[in-house]
Amino acid sequence: MKVFKYGDDINTDMLFPGKYTYTCSTAEEIKPHLLEDLDADFASAVQAGDIIFAGNNFGCGSSREQPALGLKAVGVKAIVAKGFSRIFYRASTNQGLMLIECAEAVDAYKEGASVELNTTAGTITVAGKSYNFPKLPDEMMAIMDAGGLLKYTKKKLEER
Amino acid sequence: MGMTFAQKILAHKSGQDTVKVGQIVTIKPDYLLTHDNTAAIVGKIGDELDKYGVVRTDLNIIVLDHVIPAASEKNAAGHKKIRAFVKEHKIEHFFDIGEGICHQVVYEKGFARPGRIIVGSDSHTCSYGAVGTFSTGIDRTESAALILMGETWLKVPPTIKITLKGRLAKGVSAKDIILRIIGDISADGATYQAVEFHGDIHNLSMDDRFTIANMGIEMGAKIAVFPVDNTTKAFFDEYNIPFNADDVVWADADAEYIRELEYDLSTLEPVIAAPHTVDNVKPVNELEGIPLDQILLGTCTNGRLSDFEIAASIIKGKKIHPGTRMLILPASRHIMREAMKKGYIDALVEAGAVMLPPGCGPCLGAHQGAMAPGEKTLSTANRNFKGRMGCKDAETYLSSPATVAASALHGVITDPRKEII
Repeated sequence: MKVFKYGDDINTDMLFPGKYTYTCSTAEEIKPHLLEDLDADFASAVQAGDIIFAGNNFGCGSSREQPALGLKAVGVKAIVAKGFSRIFYRASTNQGLMLIECAEAVDAYKEGASVELNTTAGTITVAGKSYNFPKLPDEMMAIMDAGGLLKYTKKKLEER
Repeated sequence: MGMTFAQKILAHKSGQDTVKVGQIVTIKPDYLLTHDNTAAIVGKIGDELDKYGVVRTDLNIIVLDHVIPAASEKNAAGHKKIRAFVKEHKIEHFFDIGEGICHQVVYEKGFARPGRIIVGSDSHTCSYGAVGTFSTGIDRTESAALILMGETWLKVPPTIKITLKGRLAKGVSAKDIILRIIGDISADGATYQAVEFHGDIHNLSMDDRFTIANMGIEMGAKIAVFPVDNTTKAFFDEYNIPFNADDVVWADADAEYIRELEYDLSTLEPVIAAPHTVDNVKPVNELEGIPLDQILLGTCTNGRLSDFEIAASIIKGKKIHPGTRMLILPASRHIMREAMKKGYIDALVEAGAVMLPPGCGPCLGAHQGAMAPGEKTLSTANRNFKGRMGCKDAETYLSSPATVAASALHGVITDPRKEII
C-alpha cells in the first residue's frame, strides 16, 4: 500500500482537468488523466489499496465527479483530509469512495510512516498512533454499503 | 428560536414544521438542471430508463451550453444522444445550443422562483439564490438517480449571515463585493454552510445579486441567498414570470447564525483574484501593469446586460490594445440581442473584440479561447484554478467587467476608476 500526500485546496481541475470533462466519462477514459496537473506520476503509480492524504478543502470547485469515479475505479481505499468540499464529498459517497475527515491523522503523517485503516472500528493508525473518525449518517452509509448510489437506486427500483 | 432560510425551506419541502441544523431530510426537488453532461448521466442508466422510464417529464431542465457548437465528433455525439433522450422520454424543458448558459436560462425562463428547490449537476447552480430559490450543485451520478427516483436527501446546513450596508463607490462592482468576501473568509470559509445576504439589498440590482450568488460555491457554500424585494418583483414582471408572494421564504428575525459578517460597501475598492485560487484576492492597484494576452468578458458570472453596458461605456470609440485580444460572451441569446439593440456589442466589436456564441466558452478550457503556456488572461468568470482555461502553465486573473474593460484598452491590468468619469 502506498500513501500519496498533497496540500490544501486541491481543486477539481487539478484532480481531473476541465478540458476532458465532455470527452472522458467512463472509468477507462478517466484513469490516465487522474491528478494530471497536480502529480503527473500519480496515474501510473497508483494501485488498488493506496490511500491519499490531503489538507483542507479537498475537491473544491466544479461538480465534476470524474475524480471520485476514477479514484474509486483504480482502487484508492480512502482519502483522508482535513476537510472536503461539499459536492466532492457527496460525489465520492455516491461512487462508494470512502472519505475520512481527520486533521490529526493528516498532521501526523510523515513520508514513510506506517498507515492502517480500520473502517469497521472507525480508526486510522498513523506511525503507531490511532485516531478515531465519526461514522457516516445512516443515509450515506446505506449508499456506501450498496457500493454506490447507482447500485442503491437500482435495488430500490427493483424492490418497488 | 426562529429558523434560517435554509431551515424554513427544507422543513416545508420535507413536510415538517421545523428542522434542526445537521438533520437529514428527504426532498423532491422542483427541478433538476443538467447540461452537456446529460449524455454521460443518461448513459449510466440506459437499462433502467428502458425499464422504468423517467420519474417526471417536467423534472429535467436540460440546456446545451458547455461546448457549443460541438467542438469535436465526440461532443457532437453527446449532443445527439441528449436530443434523442429528450425526444424519447418527452422531456418538457429542453434548450438546444444558442439559448444561453444554463444558469441564465433557468433564471430568464422563470424556473428559478422564490421557495423552490433546484439541484443541478453544475456547481454554479447556487446562482438562483438571487431570487430566493434554494439551489445547489450535485454530481452526475446523483442526477442519474434523480431522473429515476425524483427524490434525494439534504443535510440542513448552518448559516452565515452577511450584512451589506450602504452603496458601492463609482468603478466598484458586485464582483468586487463577492471577491472581497471570498478573500476574507477563504475558499472553504462557507463549506457545508448556507450564506444569507442581509442589509441594504435594495442598493443591488438583480444582475448584482446573480453575480454574488453565482460565486457562493467559491467559498464552499451550499447556497447563497438574497431576500425577495421590489427589485426581484420588477425582474419577474419584466420577464413575464408569474410571482406569488405566498411562495416567498425568508429567515426569521431571531434565526440563529454560526457567523455574522458586515461590510460597508462604500469602503470597498476594485479587486482581483490572482492565480491560482479564488481567495487570492488583492486590490487592483497592487497588480496594475501586469501584461495580459487575453481578456474575457462574459460567462454565467458577468455576462448580463449591465456587464456589457459598463464595458461598452468604457471601450466605445476606442481600440483594444494591440498587445492583447478580447473575447466577449453574452450569457444568453436574450442578452445578446438586447446588447445588440443597445449598441454595446457593436461598440465592443468595433474596438476589436471577438464575439463568441452564448455559452460557457473558454471558462472551462474545453474549447474557444484556450490558453498557451506562459499566457495570462483577465476574465470576469468565477474560477482561476491552475489548468482551468485549458493549460496548467497559463495564469487566469478574475475581476469585474469594469476592470476587464479598462485593462483591455491598455493591454495591462488597469484600475477601472481611471477610465470611469
